[in-house]
Amino acid sequence: MKGRIHSIETCGAVDGPGLRYIVFTQGCPLRCKYCHNPDTWKLHDGKEADTEELITDIVKYKPFMNASNGGVTISGGEPFMQADFVRDLLIKCKKEGLHTAIDSSGHIALDKADPVLDYTDLVLLDIKCYNEDKFKNLTGVDLEPTLAFAKHLEERNIPIWVRYVYVPNLTDDAEDIENLAKFLTTLNNVERIDILPFHKMGEYKWEQLGYSYDLHDIQEPSIDATNTAKAIFEKYNLPVVG
Amino acid sequence: MFEQWNGFKTGIWSKEINTRDFIQNNYTPYDGDDSFLVGPTEATTTLWSKVRELMDEELKKGILDAETKVPSTLTSHAAGYLDKELETIVGLQSDKPLKRNIMPNGGIRTVELALKSYGYELDPQTKEIFTKYHKTHNTAVFQAYTKDMRACRHSHIITGLPDAYGRGRIVGDYRRVALYGVDFLIEEKLADKDQLDVSPMTEDVVRRREEIAEQIIALQDLKKMAEKYGFDISKPASDIKEAIQWLYFGYLGAVKQQDGAAMSIGRNTTFLDIYAERDLKAGKYTEEQIQEFIDHFVMKLRMVRFLRIPEYNELFSGDPAWVSEAIGGLGIDGRHMVTKTAYRVLHTLINLGPSPEPNLTILWSPRLPETFKKYCADISIKTSSIQYENDDLMRLHYGDDYTVACCVSAMKVGKEMQFFGARANLAKTLLYAINGGRDEMTGEQVAPEYQPITAEYLDFDEVMAKFNVMMDWLAKVYVDTLNVIHFMHDKYHYESLEMALHDTDVERTFATGIAGFSVVVDSLSAIKYAKVKVVRDETGLATDYEIEGEYPAYGNNDDRVDQIAVELVQNFMNKIRKHHTYRNSIPTTSILTITSNVVYGKKTGNTPDGRKAGQPLAPGANPMHGRDVNGALASLSSVAKLPYRDSLDGISNTFSIIPSALGKTEEEQINNLTGLLDGYFVQAPHHVNVNVLQRETLLDAMDHPEKYPQLTIRVSGYAVRFIRLTREQQMDVINRTFHNHF
Repeated sequence: MKGRIHSIETCGAVDGPGLRYIVFTQGCPLRCKYCHNPDTWKLHDGKEADTEELITDIVKYKPFMNASNGGVTISGGEPFMQADFVRDLLIKCKKEGLHTAIDSSGHIALDKADPVLDYTDLVLLDIKCYNEDKFKNLTGVDLEPTLAFAKHLEERNIPIWVRYVYVPNLTDDAEDIENLAKFLTTLNNVERIDILPFHKMGEYKWEQLGYSYDLHDIQEPSIDATNTAKAIFEKYNLPVVG
Repeated sequence: MFEQWNGFKTGIWSKEINTRDFIQNNYTPYDGDDSFLVGPTEATTTLWSKVRELMDEELKKGILDAETKVPSTLTSHAAGYLDKELETIVGLQSDKPLKRNIMPNGGIRTVELALKSYGYELDPQTKEIFTKYHKTHNTAVFQAYTKDMRACRHSHIITGLPDAYGRGRIVGDYRRVALYGVDFLIEEKLADKDQLDVSPMTEDVVRRREEIAEQIIALQDLKKMAEKYGFDISKPASDIKEAIQWLYFGYLGAVKQQDGAAMSIGRNTTFLDIYAERDLKAGKYTEEQIQEFIDHFVMKLRMVRFLRIPEYNELFSGDPAWVSEAIGGLGIDGRHMVTKTAYRVLHTLINLGPSPEPNLTILWSPRLPETFKKYCADISIKTSSIQYENDDLMRLHYGDDYTVACCVSAMKVGKEMQFFGARANLAKTLLYAINGGRDEMTGEQVAPEYQPITAEYLDFDEVMAKFNVMMDWLAKVYVDTLNVIHFMHDKYHYESLEMALHDTDVERTFATGIAGFSVVVDSLSAIKYAKVKVVRDETGLATDYEIEGEYPAYGNNDDRVDQIAVELVQNFMNKIRKHHTYRNSIPTTSILTITSNVVYGKKTGNTPDGRKAGQPLAPGANPMHGRDVNGALASLSSVAKLPYRDSLDGISNTFSIIPSALGKTEEEQINNLTGLLDGYFVQAPHHVNVNVLQRETLLDAMDHPEKYPQLTIRVSGYAVRFIRLTREQQMDVINRTFHNHF
């Protein structure tokens, strides 16, 4: 089955356990201000890829995956934008006995997600912010579907690794973080929380694409700042890393 | 039976020289972790800070001190010390630390030039002796060189030939000094010489008799050298301290006698561990003491220095001596050969800090103990100072007592030596093929005047046909040049001590090498899969290329182009195989450039892959940077396809990654690096250098070298202190694939 992808990364070591083959799919409903892959936003950009060809390539890296307890991660973009394509690829991965993960913002209708989740071992869930207004301002969409998605994953017993991008002035509010932590304590499938410090390595892409980058003046956060955020999650006995 | 052998299990080794048999009968594999290791003693810290001070001063001055009169031999100089009271392992190349000796047998002009470039003047009498009365290797080689050989040397299509200094890449079995003592070794050599009383007395027999005689003299001199330090090494070493000292004396003799391009030390940890275990059990020494001996030994290896000309330094930066030490691996019987002393030697990178020397090389197999694999990964992440080679691959060819000479070249210890042969620039060869043998930079006719390509667009079949003809020519000139060099080296600059520590009937390899590998592969891919238009100057010389469309680049695990790479190695090797090699040596090749890729690039014009004139070639077998777009594992997997059997002298690959791209936590980073090495090596590649570094650190080190005296990075096949690279080489390292996924 054909779909559109941005690129692949054969040596993913920070998007799920072990060494992972990452497929960055094209298309995303969110327009996050700090996005470092704005070139994945449009569904019709990127290049065409075939699941048959992808799996042929993926299995070449089994020695690395086996040796590191790794697997395959579908990232993006938003993988659920091409649910059929991703599902087909994951079926093929599971046939090969590979561990599968999806990196998603959770902005997806549940009935559309389910056929994909049938073949998903782990979800890397990006919760951009826990404050509704700020979330909307940051991403251009509502927070609610993401939270519903998290609960749905709990019901389906699919583990979550929460990813929280820490951006000074945008997502660094202690109260918002505390509320997120409280929400996460209500779930029993949160295996891990990663705090990802905001970085500007994607800024050049915004320029190349002719988009205006709002965060030009925002500095990358200090380790102290991210440690403060980390401490909030730790206070709630949540498995936070970073 | 010597009393020094008490407690050892006897075997074949106790009757004849057979270090391997001794090891296999007596070593204790270690499966535990690193918790037994201890930190540096006060003496170690004091000594190392003295060395650091000297090295800092050396860095400022270029060299610290140099001999200007007395050529270096095993006995030419008085004993030298760092701090006699504190040193547990003694011996320096000269009478003072870091002082550089002269070895005019290689070439008197090289010595004179090197001294001059650092502000020293060669003693006129020494110059006269080696000009008027005693011929050098260098003089002899140039007497025999043909016009073609000179032209190739001049145009830099063949570079780095060992025709003016020691060829190196010969590793004595220095363990024999410790295990048997020198008298036993002399007896065995005398017996070998008697055995060679044969008829007919051919040229070959005469030469071998003379060589054995020279070897015996070297062994006698080795005893005298040790006596200057107050040691009698005629008998075997009696404990771990002596074993290290005897072994080091063997090596020290070699580096006093030879300034070889690479002076590797062998495979010693499993051997030494037998002594350490015996002494620990007997309560003779404590772990602290044993680690101290190892630390002091390694400190000495970090201080090996040779006098080089500036041109050489530009090619191979950072004063490399390639004191390579191979660690780990499995035995033929399936037991791994990791011992506590393997850990102790790696631990010197913590006790003394990171360092390029000795060139610590892990002989990797997925079957090594998990604890050891993780320890290695951890040390790599912390120091970027170690390299990895595929033990499962090399064990098939060399058994379980091989080591690594120079960067990556495997050889059986004490049984095999190499005729080292620099490398040929295949990127330039491809351009010569297109230009009918004219040099693309100068327009000079270097190769024979073949028909150039005149078409506007390059046709793959036409290019391949002409490239093959040009490689045929190059292979012949190249092999013949090496034949001249090694004939003369044996005659005028023979390694009598190193060869005394080999079996008398030694196997020889003849090592050629390839530079510009990935440029050629990508150029051929561009010609095959895209359209390449030729830009010519008014004389018809092709000087530039325009690529229309895209082509699959080497380093993306794409068989369309990787197959071109595989065939290129096989093809070139087969051309080398067609020629007679000196002393019936076995021809091999390598894809290995060290830092010379930068200089080679400077001397190579625009290439059909889109690389611009003067830009560096990729180091070793690495893909060209920026073209491997599918991530590090794809890049590693492409290199892993290159056939080792056709490149037995080694295929070097350098992998650099920032720590955060290897995982978020330390535990994850170690797990992922271990997995990466396991996953890589099961695909049957030969080698990988691992750098785990921040790009920012390197940039900062360029501007503030004083802050990073020990910052070590791995380049193709060796490690180097980053601040000792030329600025161009530093930029090359930084621009090169820093796998940096985000």
